[in-house]
Amino acid sequence: MSIRIEHLNYIYSMDSAFRKQALRDICLDIDDGEFIGLIGHTGSGKSTLIQHLNGLIRATDGKIYYNGEDIYQEGYSMTKLRSHVGLVFQYPEYQLFETTVLKDVCFGPGNLGLDAETCMERAKKALSIVGIKEKDHNKSPFELSGGQRRRAAIAGVLAMEPDVLILDEPTAGLDPRGRNDILDQIADLHSRMGITVILVSHSMEDVANYVDRIIAMNRGSVYMDGTPAEVFERYAELEKIGLAAPQVTYFMHDLQRSFPGMRADVTTVREAKDAILGWFEGGEKR
Amino acid sequence: MGIINAVKLIYDYVTKDERGDVENVTSAIRGVDLDIQAGQFIAILGHNGSGKSTLAKQMNALLVPTGGTLTVKGMDTSDEKNVWNIRQTAGMVFQNPDNQIIGTIVEEDVGFGPENLGVPTKEIWDRVYDSLKRVGMMEYCDHSPNKLSGGQKQRVAIAGTMAMKPECIVLDEPTAMLDPNGRKEVIGTVRELNQKEGVTVILITHYMDEAIQADQVYVMDEGQIVLSGTPREVFSQVGRLKELRLDVPQITELAYELKKEGFPLPDGILTAKELEDALIRCKEQGYHVKAKSGEAKHVDKDRTS
Amino acid sequence: MIRDITIGQYYPANSIIHRLDPRVKLMATVVFIVSVFLIHDLVGFLIATAALGACIWLSKVPVRYMLKGLKVIFIILIFTVLLNMMFTPGREIFRFYFIRVTWEGVILAGKTTMRLVYLIVGSTIMTLTTTPNHLTDGLEKALSPLKKLRFPVHELSMTMSIALRFIPILLEETDKIMKAQQARCADFESGNLIHRVKNLIPVLVPLFISAIRRANDLAMAMEARCYHGGAGRTKMKPLIYNRRDKIGYAVVIAYLILWIVLICVF
Repeated sequence: MSIRIEHLNYIYSMDSAFRKQALRDICLDIDDGEFIGLIGHTGSGKSTLIQHLNGLIRATDGKIYYNGEDIYQEGYSMTKLRSHVGLVFQYPEYQLFETTVLKDVCFGPGNLGLDAETCMERAKKALSIVGIKEKDHNKSPFELSGGQRRRAAIAGVLAMEPDVLILDEPTAGLDPRGRNDILDQIADLHSRMGITVILVSHSMEDVANYVDRIIAMNRGSVYMDGTPAEVFERYAELEKIGLAAPQVTYFMHDLQRSFPGMRADVTTVREAKDAILGWFEGGEKR
Repeated sequence: MGIINAVKLIYDYVTKDERGDVENVTSAIRGVDLDIQAGQFIAILGHNGSGKSTLAKQMNALLVPTGGTLTVKGMDTSDEKNVWNIRQTAGMVFQNPDNQIIGTIVEEDVGFGPENLGVPTKEIWDRVYDSLKRVGMMEYCDHSPNKLSGGQKQRVAIAGTMAMKPECIVLDEPTAMLDPNGRKEVIGTVRELNQKEGVTVILITHYMDEAIQADQVYVMDEGQIVLSGTPREVFSQVGRLKELRLDVPQITELAYELKKEGFPLPDGILTAKELEDALIRCKEQGYHVKAKSGEAKHVDKDRTS
Repeated sequence: MIRDITIGQYYPANSIIHRLDPRVKLMATVVFIVSVFLIHDLVGFLIATAALGACIWLSKVPVRYMLKGLKVIFIILIFTVLLNMMFTPGREIFRFYFIRVTWEGVILAGKTTMRLVYLIVGSTIMTLTTTPNHLTDGLEKALSPLKKLRFPVHELSMTMSIALRFIPILLEETDKIMKAQQARCADFESGNLIHRVKNLIPVLVPLFISAIRRANDLAMAMEARCYHGGAGRTKMKPLIYNRRDKIGYAVVIAYLILWIVLICVF
């Protein structure tokens, strides 16, 4: 169970003057159960790439394999692919259209051809995962708060029970409370249910706090690929492509000037604290 | 009395049923006192639904108090004849960059405000060019707003209010929908207007790092101001902020965590430099941590910070 | 496809046509459209082509950009060509079962296509060289006599210019919502007509709600910038005729006279 991308290229408006190469020769392997952060400044190709993964955009050339099967081969069902690889767009609450939250969440499973009862079951389960209480199920989506509406929309994708969940900036525009709620639920889904998660984010702090692997994109290509520590260690290169490392990473590098031997491969506040505690434990020996 | 002054300000949203009877009353603002001096940079923090947006709309007379008073440069917002003067004095920038640009070309949008005020044609152009230069968008004056980035659109919106020559700008979460580079652009522009032109800035946000450089910070929760003071005073109360589930800048949080471990650090550390200096002092004083088995060996990811 | 719609889009450039008063351009467009329908021989065709060519050249808008607008009506074009070719009686070129293609049909198809193309290109020149605000200003001014009849000329033109500003935004949004629903396995491609229309509900409802939300936000933003209707408003770009515009009118009138002569003589 995995996604393999081979030499993927995508060109916008192939035959016109507005021709623009959005993706260049992307090769990636995404294994089961990974928690990936996809970063890159606006226009670097992140959104285009994730839309390829569930077949919303067809590559100009190159191949994508899902569980070993070529998704571009004849007869491959896009509906099946989309049910396995769930994609949550930016500001997903703007796609809600039904009269009640529950009905809206049933839309996805319904499109898979499941019977009403199974749909209902899955919808209820998905809503409970994102923390929407039973009493709110029959409310209109517009009676919910902004953060709740976002979570209901995410449930709409979860109800299709995907193996891979891709989220395009799921926390954009939310306040810190709404943001933490959603990120914690996603982390929970990943750890408890083993779902593969690809998180597109602009917040380096969030990425550092949650993911195991970071893919950084620039001008349609993969620019870096590694653990948060590995990627953020190269902050000077990240800055060249309009990105940055978390504030603590910079801070720990600065600390090395006055604290020789201080560990600086740090990406979260917790790690920074441990590094400083560690240094001060052995401080006098240095 | 400052440029914006609120006394026991109350605002209730009233929903009525079909017959016009009051069905539900939601208090968005419950007794806010505020006195903002001209030329200051003010940050108002708080969650969605804490009443901060409602407060912003009061300052522009888009909403009027249901109790208490709010005055802008001495003008009472409840008095209908003041409305246009108030809106000219306190300009407003909103959250969604697309939904506040009226013109189909950048310069036409910036000119919209002065047109409404009845400014003579020649002066409109002077104001438009002047405002666009101040926000650094002059080279885009004949572009379509649709082709601009989010940060650029917000700068156009700022220029649009600046062209009305306000003394004060109220920005209601201007960066919530932007990427980090757009956020930097907008905050940089606003700070410059405050420092160079002396425009009073009221920035409503939920990004804590945007509040660090403010002169005064107010934290709102459930329609009331629960914390206020200089950024240092406010951010030294990390525990209280966490209770409100608000963010703290990473450096401040790190200092707080270290202090909890017993480090002799001062309160309210805001910048990397301050923390570095404080840690150097610890080193010089020979502070050291007793090794506690297990305690300092967190390898798992921090999920809740 | 959605991105190909150029009607109502402005192409920024610095040309004589761009600087002309919108009222001149409005009149010129009307006159040109009338003339296109009067074409019945080669001379007329050449005159219209020369006029159109001159305007395109003067406007400094790339021809390619202008022709892009035609893509949208491509299907209509093909349809008219086929219908005209097949169902016009006259000298037969060839026959395929019940389909007869005639000389007269081919000529008529050619004329109709040309008319349609000239019509679209002609009006595209106006919209590409005139900012929507300028265009609505022109309309407002041209229609201002109607104000005396209590016709809401200012409100109408403001509404139009806002609509024009939001068309590209809403098109993009449609695209986004469709994709989001497709990600939930919605199907917009199969089924009969009724089925397909029904399938569009998940797109139309969010789009409608979003349009209302935007209208709400925009109204508030306009109020915050002291908008209070047309009264007491000054104009950033007031419409004042200058020499250029007088020459423009002269050219348009000359063109009109040329056509009157052409019709009377031939």
